[in-house]
Amino acid sequence: MIRTLLMSAGVLAASVAFAAPALAQTELQWWHAMTGANNDVVERLAKEFNEKQSEYKIVPVFKGTYPETLNAGIAAFRARQPPAIIQVFDVGTGVMMQAEGAVKPVAEVLEAGGYIFDRSQYLPGIVSYYSKPDGTMLSFPYNSSSPILYYNKDVFQKAGLDVDNPPKTWAAVFEAARKIKDSGAAPCGYTSTWLTWIHTENFAAWNNVPYSTGENGLAGGEVELKINAPIYVQHFQAIADLAKDGVFRYGGRTSEAKQLFLSGECGILTESSGGLGDVVKSGMNYGIGQLPYDETAEGAPQNTIPGGASLWVFGGKSDEEYKGVAEFFNYLSQTPVQARLHQESGYLPVTMAAYEETKKSGFYDKNPGRETPILQMMGKAPTENSKGVRLPNLPQVRDLENEQYEAMLAGQKTAQQALDAAVEAGNAAIVEAQ
Amino acid sequence: MPKAAFPNKILPYLLLAPQVLVTLVFFYWPASQALYQSVLKEDAFGLKTEFVGLSNFSAILSNPNYLSSLQTTLIFSVSTALLAMAPALLLATAAEKVVRGKGFYRTLMIWPYAVAPAVAGLLWLFMFNPTMGTFAYMLRAYGVAWDPLLKGDQAMLLVVVAAAWKQISYNFLFFVAALQSIPRSLVEAAAIDGAGSTKRFWTIVFPLIAPTSFFLLVVNTVYAFFDTFGIIDAVTAGGPARATETLVYKVYIDGFVNLDLGGSAAQSVILMAIVIALTAIQFRYVERKVHYA
Repeated sequence: MIRTLLMSAGVLAASVAFAAPALAQTELQWWHAMTGANNDVVERLAKEFNEKQSEYKIVPVFKGTYPETLNAGIAAFRARQPPAIIQVFDVGTGVMMQAEGAVKPVAEVLEAGGYIFDRSQYLPGIVSYYSKPDGTMLSFPYNSSSPILYYNKDVFQKAGLDVDNPPKTWAAVFEAARKIKDSGAAPCGYTSTWLTWIHTENFAAWNNVPYSTGENGLAGGEVELKINAPIYVQHFQAIADLAKDGVFRYGGRTSEAKQLFLSGECGILTESSGGLGDVVKSGMNYGIGQLPYDETAEGAPQNTIPGGASLWVFGGKSDEEYKGVAEFFNYLSQTPVQARLHQESGYLPVTMAAYEETKKSGFYDKNPGRETPILQMMGKAPTENSKGVRLPNLPQVRDLENEQYEAMLAGQKTAQQALDAAVEAGNAAIVEAQ
Repeated sequence: MPKAAFPNKILPYLLLAPQVLVTLVFFYWPASQALYQSVLKEDAFGLKTEFVGLSNFSAILSNPNYLSSLQTTLIFSVSTALLAMAPALLLATAAEKVVRGKGFYRTLMIWPYAVAPAVAGLLWLFMFNPTMGTFAYMLRAYGVAWDPLLKGDQAMLLVVVAAAWKQISYNFLFFVAALQSIPRSLVEAAAIDGAGSTKRFWTIVFPLIAPTSFFLLVVNTVYAFFDTFGIIDAVTAGGPARATETLVYKVYIDGFVNLDLGGSAAQSVILMAIVIALTAIQFRYVERKVHYA
């Protein structure tokens, strides 16, 4: 702290004395929420970038969980001390976008650094999620993931299910889950993490049905939730029925249910592709399949939408700092860096070149299933139902949905009652937040 | 009353200064900020601020979720206070009867008080979480449909037990002190008159420790109201379906997760009024009764 103070005092004195750009290194803070192995990746990226050049210095600072990091960034902005770069999770995207003037679009930052921002170089599913309706990319996708299906091959074997072909539709998943439970292969057939992200937001995109009006909020303006349409009601009623018979087990609002799968209690799990590391580490005999879709939906499967986090740049910084950030983002998007990030961490590659490179290297042949989340997202050009969901208060709306899902799974409400209530409460909260 | 006089005119103010400063920085300043914020409507980044008068308050008070949170808080606080006090009294009377190793026994009893709320919460979570808890597994093996992730009453039970468990030590200490201050002669006289131990307890001991019990009731209620955030955050995060969302937890959720700063500040102002009322009750009734004891 004192050193930074002294240094900035020194920089100030130098610039006053010579009225010329200071020679000192420009320090750029990068606030993030990565723990464990992912934190090592952050530290290593910063170190490699700092060693490669001497003008800028990226300083990664761990700020706690995703919501904590976002709050720290907001508080710092209010105190006029924001970092240059902040990692914000997917549902915080709407919050950041609303803060025009507080953030500087990444496309502009890159251009300020002398780089041309070329949309076509990036994975379309990811870049459209982090862009304004007019196509300006607002934040830099750092860690993106997509929900997939995991299954326990030993349990499948015991239940007499096809070990090499995981179920592709929800109806088939539910049937397989019943078979697992009834045959006694496992005490529970199916569980899922993130009912909001997987069964609501991705369910909408993957089956090409609207989540809300106004292109799921991406078009801006008035937004009304559409998640009590018959297709959602049927889907959730099926899950509620399974829960009643103990075939489906609820784990919690975020990724707690992963534990139920890892412990062998449930035979099938839907989870983020980012959860792969833990599944591999558990040493179980697992298989991966694509996210199931609803076969009654026309055109399904469409494409999934990314979860994870992106890097935002705060406004009000100097040109020098923006140049540094541009250099860093340019470094991050280089093919070898991206390819390595993707292969080591299980995140999706951000650029097409990194994806091609990984494919050419034979990585997907050696690691079957690792390409699934990318194919899901890239299979088709996104429609207005599948670019993503963006609400000014998505974290709050997710909480309201979770509340109703819990009441429904506890048997207090039918799917229709729960979804109607979620829509009503969600719409009221959206109006309040706008 | 004779006026106490300090020879030095400045010294008393200097001696007071640290305490006043601490109160100013940690109470008056944040409290005034909360008051100010509670009449504003502002986006998270503070880019647009609008004066809205008391509309944050009227919005809260007409919100069914807030009223149900108030009810949840009352149920939670009363249950926690009772569950924290009854076993403490039982243990304290038992501790009185211990002949050897009294100190050791008491030390063990006081231990849980040193555990941080979040840690206490995690401890109980690890035992009873349906996905990984040992006891949850055992309960299910015995055919109990244990699932606090979906069943609100079970979730409430879990946080009440965790919150009360931590507070038992504190109550134990006070009850031990209260029991020791009861004159031996009174109890012995009753015994000579033929009163059994149950009768002695209800007719002599219990009325004499009543002021302590009342004091503890207020302290425990305040504790359950305001110091259990860590436990609730760690164990249930307010769920399922808001079944354990207390007023304090709601302030956090609305302010820091939902980023509704005005509404959250208004709720904290209401909470501030509740604390002031509780403290006033404590001073007015408890302090007066202490003389009697």
